[in-house]
Amino acid sequence: MEQEYVLSVKVNNNNGVLLRVSGLFSRRCFNIKSLNAAETEEPNVSRLTIVVAGDLKVLTQIKNQLLKLYDVHEVRILEDAVTREHILIRAGRSDEDRHKIIEIANLYRAKPVDIGKDSIMLELTGEPAKIDSFIELLKPFGIIKMVRSGITALERD
Amino acid sequence: MILSGSDIIVECLLEEGADTVFGYPGGAVLNIYDSLYKYSDKIRHIITSHEQGACHAADGFARATGKTGVVIATSGPGATNLTTGLATAYMDSIPLVAITGNVACSLLGLDSFQEVDITGVTMPITKHNFIVKDINELASTLHLAFKIAGSGRKGPVLVDIPKDITAAKIDYTPLGKSVPEKPAEVSEADLNEAARLINESERPYIYAGGGVISANAEEELARLAELCDAPVSCSLMGQGAFNQRDRKYIGMLGMHGTVKAAAALNSCDLFIGIGTRFSDRVIGDPSVFGKNAKIIHIDIDPAEFNKNVEVYTTIAGDVKIALAELCKKVSQKKNAWTDEIIAKDFGEPVQRGTEALPVTPEAVIEKLDELTDGNAVIATEVGQNQMWAAQYYRYKNPRSFISSGGLGTMGFGLGASLGAKVGCPEKTVVNIAGDGSFAMNLNELITAYAHNIPIIQLVINNNVLGMVRQWQRLFYNKHFSQTTLDNRHIDYVKLGEAFGIETFVIEKNEDIEPVLKKALEISKNKPCMIEVKIDRDINVLPMIPAGKPVINPITEIDLEA
Repeated sequence: MEQEYVLSVKVNNNNGVLLRVSGLFSRRCFNIKSLNAAETEEPNVSRLTIVVAGDLKVLTQIKNQLLKLYDVHEVRILEDAVTREHILIRAGRSDEDRHKIIEIANLYRAKPVDIGKDSIMLELTGEPAKIDSFIELLKPFGIIKMVRSGITALERD
Repeated sequence: MILSGSDIIVECLLEEGADTVFGYPGGAVLNIYDSLYKYSDKIRHIITSHEQGACHAADGFARATGKTGVVIATSGPGATNLTTGLATAYMDSIPLVAITGNVACSLLGLDSFQEVDITGVTMPITKHNFIVKDINELASTLHLAFKIAGSGRKGPVLVDIPKDITAAKIDYTPLGKSVPEKPAEVSEADLNEAARLINESERPYIYAGGGVISANAEEELARLAELCDAPVSCSLMGQGAFNQRDRKYIGMLGMHGTVKAAAALNSCDLFIGIGTRFSDRVIGDPSVFGKNAKIIHIDIDPAEFNKNVEVYTTIAGDVKIALAELCKKVSQKKNAWTDEIIAKDFGEPVQRGTEALPVTPEAVIEKLDELTDGNAVIATEVGQNQMWAAQYYRYKNPRSFISSGGLGTMGFGLGASLGAKVGCPEKTVVNIAGDGSFAMNLNELITAYAHNIPIIQLVINNNVLGMVRQWQRLFYNKHFSQTTLDNRHIDYVKLGEAFGIETFVIEKNEDIEPVLKKALEISKNKPCMIEVKIDRDINVLPMIPAGKPVINPITEIDLEA
């Protein structure tokens, strides 16, 4: 059955490592929903958090093919993990909109980071589902620009 | 010891035991070629006519010897000319180290003369690649390249070295030969499960691929076949993994495999795939393949499990170790079914010539097999020539069939045969080509002559692109689009003469034996060529159309239809 999986992939922090991983996904027709790359506690190692869509067979293929890349050290399919996403979003068309947006922001504990004449920019960190519903609520006010970080995740102990 | 980067490259090659390299000089590798000049008493460099030929030669060298092949090319076009060769080696898991020059670090990224991002270009067709921007990392990177190429599932690795790195000097301490990574332990539980299935089966069938050859596991394979009392089939890449003069060998399996091998596939109760990736050219329709049997899949690369066909159980690991361990757990069997399969006549097709062109590839290749007692190294091009070479020569030894299986590279064989002959000078090496493939890279006859690499170039000439023609006949209403080469009027004797290669023609059945004997005699000292004139409508049979079940192969094509 097709569903989304979160992979946590430890890779060498080299030039080109993102290209190697994304190239693998593209040439093997694996579907990336989001990809987040950042340094870890070890400077030579980066952690990629990749959300993929597929069935179990595809998931096994992705894992095995990734492990064949020289720069990939470890691939974990996350089951019990803390997953977070960060969003920056600007919305609103009027002073009135702005006030209503701030009300919603308070409910979600989103933080205003830039206030314009008619619109406001907010930031929010949370589970992807929370981010989704936040975006839905802001849609009526007109979303001007937004950027999602993609999911980052770490396994629970 | 203070050495330049280019000297370090040659030192590293020598430390890795690479005393023979193939390549082509150019601006960005001038320093490397200056070092090769200096070290010419220790390392043999063979210049080909084209970098593609050099890459195929390094590949053929690797396939024939089991060592890692080395090719050197300059930046830009020199490097891009390697790509077909690298992709060929990658698809067939052949260990290669390709060294390319590049423009100096200060000129990288500026669209400099003969600059190309070759690590970017070759990322999908190499096992790994590097660009070395610090001379302190040069030696370790080169050794690592050899290590990666020769570990696990083998493959090509490219190292791109900017010109200033080859010129720079540092104090050099040898690091010594790299050691291949140890393969992961074979799971005891997986071995037990496979052994149980084998011991319980009544109709086990062994199918061996190129992984058996790569792992040098031919003895273990023979032992398992003996214990299981199973018929054995080999893939194209597996030709030579099992002695084809053994009674248990029932021919190749797949699109152009034998009727017998297909029949055994459909009546076996256990299918043991060893060192194979279940290519689409073998399995046809994956939803039908081996559905009457349980499939055991043994391979070094777990990514191959359940990729193309669903299998019942798997053993991951080095095939040689896995088979040796498995043999300890399998008890001697005797299967009535095996005797039936071996004895039964399944009506394999026989080739027929015409009155005007009576000679068949079957007759020529079978005679070659007889005269060389199955001990020659046969390289091939791609197409009908390749299938005939696989079908009619009865390989006795691993590393004796050198062919582009996965990528299907026309123009591969001649270069590869040169590399094979350089690596195995004591063996007879024949490149079996069609006229189409031969024309692609015949420039390497120059290399054969210049370096006196005494191969036999056999051109099976039907004046068409026969395999494509065959498909056009069957599936495209006989629209022989661009596959009839009648406008070419190549005089192969004159062509050979121009290159200094003595050439013979076989056009009558009486010519076959004397010409082959003469060529085998000449090839003890120098290269020669044979043109075999055949009818254009000799097809490759049996045949399973692409994507169709491997059941009841086509054994006859009505030319009048």
